[in-house]
Amino acid sequence: MTVEQSIALAPAERANQLIGGELTEKSLRLHLEGLPGVDAVGLEARASDLGTRSIKTTSKAWALDRIIGLIDLTTLEGADTPGKVRSLVAKAMTPDPSDLSTPRVAAVCVYGDMVLHAVEALGAAGGPGGVQIAAVATAFPSGRAALPVKIADTKHAVAAGADEIDMVIDRGAFLSGRYGVVFDQIVAVKEACRRDDGTYAHLKVILETGELTTYDNVRRASWLAILAGGDFIKTSTGKVAPAATLPVTLLMLQVVNDWHRLTGEKIGVKPAGGIRTSKDAIKYLVTVAETVGEEWLRPSLFRFGASSLLNDVLLQRQKLTTGHYSGPDYVTVD
Amino acid sequence: MPFLDYAPAPESTAILHLRESYGLFIDGEFVDGHGASFQTISPATEVKIAEISAANAQDVDVAVAAARRAYDRTWSRLSGADRGKYLFRIARLVQERARELAVAESLDNGKPIKESRDVDVPLVAAWFFYYAGWADKLDYAGLGPNPRALGVAAQVIPWNFPLLMLAWKIAPALAAGNTVVIKPAETTPLTALIFAEILQQADLPAGVVNIITGAGDTGSLLVNHPGVNKVAFTGSTAVGRAIAKSTAGTGKKLTLELGGKAANIVFDDAPIDQAIEGIVNGIFFNQGHVCCAGSRLLVQENVQDEVVDRLKARLSTLRLGDPLDKNTDIGAINSREQLDRIRELSDVGEQEGAERWTADCVIPKDGFWFAPTIFTNVSTSHRIAREEVFGPVLSVLSFRTPAEAISKANNTPYGLSAGIWSDKGSRILGVADKLRAGVVWANTFNQFDPSSPFGGYKESGYGREGGRHGLAAYLESSGWHSPAAISKGARK
Repeated sequence: MTVEQSIALAPAERANQLIGGELTEKSLRLHLEGLPGVDAVGLEARASDLGTRSIKTTSKAWALDRIIGLIDLTTLEGADTPGKVRSLVAKAMTPDPSDLSTPRVAAVCVYGDMVLHAVEALGAAGGPGGVQIAAVATAFPSGRAALPVKIADTKHAVAAGADEIDMVIDRGAFLSGRYGVVFDQIVAVKEACRRDDGTYAHLKVILETGELTTYDNVRRASWLAILAGGDFIKTSTGKVAPAATLPVTLLMLQVVNDWHRLTGEKIGVKPAGGIRTSKDAIKYLVTVAETVGEEWLRPSLFRFGASSLLNDVLLQRQKLTTGHYSGPDYVTVD
Repeated sequence: MPFLDYAPAPESTAILHLRESYGLFIDGEFVDGHGASFQTISPATEVKIAEISAANAQDVDVAVAAARRAYDRTWSRLSGADRGKYLFRIARLVQERARELAVAESLDNGKPIKESRDVDVPLVAAWFFYYAGWADKLDYAGLGPNPRALGVAAQVIPWNFPLLMLAWKIAPALAAGNTVVIKPAETTPLTALIFAEILQQADLPAGVVNIITGAGDTGSLLVNHPGVNKVAFTGSTAVGRAIAKSTAGTGKKLTLELGGKAANIVFDDAPIDQAIEGIVNGIFFNQGHVCCAGSRLLVQENVQDEVVDRLKARLSTLRLGDPLDKNTDIGAINSREQLDRIRELSDVGEQEGAERWTADCVIPKDGFWFAPTIFTNVSTSHRIAREEVFGPVLSVLSFRTPAEAISKANNTPYGLSAGIWSDKGSRILGVADKLRAGVVWANTFNQFDPSSPFGGYKESGYGREGGRHGLAAYLESSGWHSPAAISKGARK
């Protein structure tokens, strides 16, 4: 054990700065296990308290538009086809054909082999400042593949034109206490995000909190992902229940806040899966604004991983502009 | 406009059907008082809400006589199951009129609507439901078979949780078979008077509950009235002491729930984010107008700076303003008198050398307001570390070892409540065991439940309210072995 623990880990700038130059399994473990605990009852009470904020009139209008602008519109099905992806991209660009003032979503999120089709469908609407393309990689959703396969998966998506990579961590390694394995893999995937011109695709690290089970684990995994170089920490794949919850997201935002206080650096957060209504999404906006601050409410620092959420927001938006409720036939199916 | 300046979301007052003026509620009817009437105002705007009658000696006589009559003729003859039915009915009516009661409470008291809506009024209903269940089970109250009701209970309650304190007093008294004359605080009579309407709606027999309004002299007349068998008081230690003196030797049974200066102890292994929330909830809940408020923060020295920094950051996000706005965190101070006292003690804190920090928030022009304030560099000899401020003011002290934390926590004339924050269960149990406080919360604060007894050590009073223990204040044992007692005791 002692021998194994002294194995040096991949050099990662953030971890080196915080923990020290000679990063080992042992020093990483000491750091993660030394983090303050999380009291589950207190965390959930705080989340539910934030959920009671009453967002009305002008604040609601702003919130609905902002939610749309923060959505990663997602299709991650085995049955995905180029046609399905084209349709998703069309919706991303024009969420509400009956009201062209509706903002575009932040990104579309697809499997790696669909990136090419997304690039094609987006055309000039993509690129910097446009709708981004996020690709899930690293043997999503289970993450059960050898590291070279995960790296190849990532490189392929980046080469195809993905702006962002949503990777999954090795939950098995994490739960068995091999933090170094998880750490090294994130560092390696981050390197695989590097493009030929030296820029990097944005890396979102999916913790799959539904499998980590305890809040203490979520806090440790969040720190681990940030130390290894993740640009975003993301709750879930959407394939495991529970997916995103408000308390888990609040906890991850608290870690991000701590990191910001410590280093001045801003890390993004992406709750994904299970957020289906405007009412729920507004609770997340409130939680972000009151935990890390309103400046996090922009696509570079906060995203919703969702598909059905968009239509509910559009219905609410129509209600706010027209004064009456429409119905599911007044928004497009995808 | 930034998102965080949430658009106004005020709860409508249209749900209220207030009268211009309110009389005394005696023998099931509203009657005019013979004292000089007074106004109740909204502390957030200083605007008058209603004209309130004051009870003089004559009115107190009439109220006590009505309670005695109701006790002799009706209430003591009802079975416990039938008393329970009335209590259940009251509980359901409170739930039905919950929104109205919450709005009235926030209007009259100044507390944020989210607290009156989510804490006060639900607890009021819970208290009546809980004691309704006890009414026919008094044999199991731990006082032997057939415990007896005491008779007429005189109850005087404070302004910080007007309706909740009323429920704490009335529910166990009625369940145990007593009748009641209760006096709400002069600055917050409104919800008690709406509650009187609920009693009419519930068809509670006339005289079982009498609600008389007025200031301290009315309260004094009530507790010193020779016709009462029981006195229950919640309020300041000074008044409690006076009541203890004047009732001594009269044979009146007495319970007192008085002041506090609770220690909230944060160890270095505490779940830090939740501890911050707990500290905020401990002292800034209800503007700090809480007798069990965690007004002394004892924090382990090696994490003191971090805790204070985080606390300041968190306090900067609190919203002070219109109590009826659903997003308000900190409402108005209940009265000018209380505001003056908070100001005075805070100024003393500064003069004594403690360092004052106040959250940056806009104070409304009218009404009584005090921004959340923290004092650091406080030592145990400072007045702000010893006297009850009863406002949104936190004193931060430090400790090095668990033993020091315990000795500092106990170094107070009070002993109502305490909090412990640590991830280590054995430490929580070990420290809790040594704290001389009636309630000890671990990794939480200000949690109330009707099944849990509440009360203090030392100058925080005596007797317990809530739970099975709360019944003991309104019952006496008929003796374990007396067959006569068994046949004559309060009816089940």
